[in-house]
Amino acid sequence: MNNALILNIVRFIFLLAAQIVIFNNIDLFGYINPYPYILFILLYPVNSNRAGLLVASFLLGLTVDMFTNSGGIHAASCLILAYLRPTYFKFAFGLSYEYQTIKINDRLSPERFTFIFISILTHHFILFMLEYFKFTFILEALLRTIATAIFTLIISIIIIYLFKPNKR
Amino acid sequence: MQQIINFVFKNSTRLLFLLLLITSLTLTIQSHSYHRSTVVNSTNVLTGSVFEKMSEVNTYFSLREQNNKLAQENASLRKILFNQKDSTTILKKDSLKGYDKIDVIQSRVINNSYSVSENYLTINSGALQGIKEDMGVVNSQGIVGIVEKVSPKYATILSVLNVKSKINAKVKKSNHFGSLIWNAKNAGYVQLIEIPRLASVKKGDTIVTGGNSRIFPENIPVGIIDKVYTDTETNYYTLNVRLFNDMTNLNHVYIISNKESAEIKKLEKETIKADE
Repeated sequence: MNNALILNIVRFIFLLAAQIVIFNNIDLFGYINPYPYILFILLYPVNSNRAGLLVASFLLGLTVDMFTNSGGIHAASCLILAYLRPTYFKFAFGLSYEYQTIKINDRLSPERFTFIFISILTHHFILFMLEYFKFTFILEALLRTIATAIFTLIISIIIIYLFKPNKR
Repeated sequence: MQQIINFVFKNSTRLLFLLLLITSLTLTIQSHSYHRSTVVNSTNVLTGSVFEKMSEVNTYFSLREQNNKLAQENASLRKILFNQKDSTTILKKDSLKGYDKIDVIQSRVINNSYSVSENYLTINSGALQGIKEDMGVVNSQGIVGIVEKVSPKYATILSVLNVKSKINAKVKKSNHFGSLIWNAKNAGYVQLIEIPRLASVKKGDTIVTGGNSRIFPENIPVGIIDKVYTDTETNYYTLNVRLFNDMTNLNHVYIISNKESAEIKKLEKETIKADE
């Protein structure tokens, strides 16, 4: 009965473990690490409890922070992404998104691509601005946002395709 | 009262969002202040044990290399040992004080970071092994960083590759000293600032730690000068220093515990207090 809940818990732990053990150690070109753990926030069921999503994203970010010694930057950016998620749904899928059954976890359509891409951009921009914490570094933050966002996007799409639920 | 309760119920999601946002921003701001006392860091049992397991696997891939490094270091230490003037004085301690001033604790890096602007390392020994805050960390090739937070079994280290790090260092040849900082650009290079213009420095000179630090003993190797340029604002030299250490590949490190550090620190504090 609580299939969705169990699926989300498993997804939470799996993405967190993958982020800490694998993706935090990639260091492409010396400094680019993808952050595909935010897929948890993107794949969270569309019409379920918002408060639950906020708390879960906060905990997700906080755990990543704990492993990277970065204070609260992941927690803050995950939380903001979780809060903005409905707005992005509206932007990408049109006003009536709530009445449709959207599955992000499906074949990649332009709408889904838009949604994933702007979500990743938002998360990464907030993340890097908080990391540098100075407006003089805005150019570096933007550059890193774009470079990392592309990398995260590729990895995220690969993960979505790998774990696509079987069609019966 | 009814209205307040209604308001809370109506905006519960928004209020929750604000509450969590404030918490995370507080943690962020705390981590950016200089001497931080953060709640969220990697010295706790959960992160420590995960890093420990990960490093157990990772170290297998570099065993040969690490062995070579340790053997080389043993060789150079033996060289010093054999070159003592009188072999009977090797292990003699200070007869007045009865102990050595500097103690060295061996440890292993279980988490390394070098890709962000504020990098920290985690090592697998802590207060139980005698590690305290503000101890210096070196390895066989040069300096690594300064101990930042200590838990019973683990400790985090403020890496030299951290924009908050500031270490006293000098040019070996001429003894002109300055501060070692990092501009967050390249993990192989750090910058030595505030070197006076009258110092004659050139590419290839060696940089070592200075004597003004109670954290590091004098003359620990840091790196060699890669480029010399003049700071347009202060008219001091700024030196680009290539580190001897490969900060992206650290395993065995040594923590330097200066037994007089606490005494010096206390004295300095009292002096400042007396001035006020």
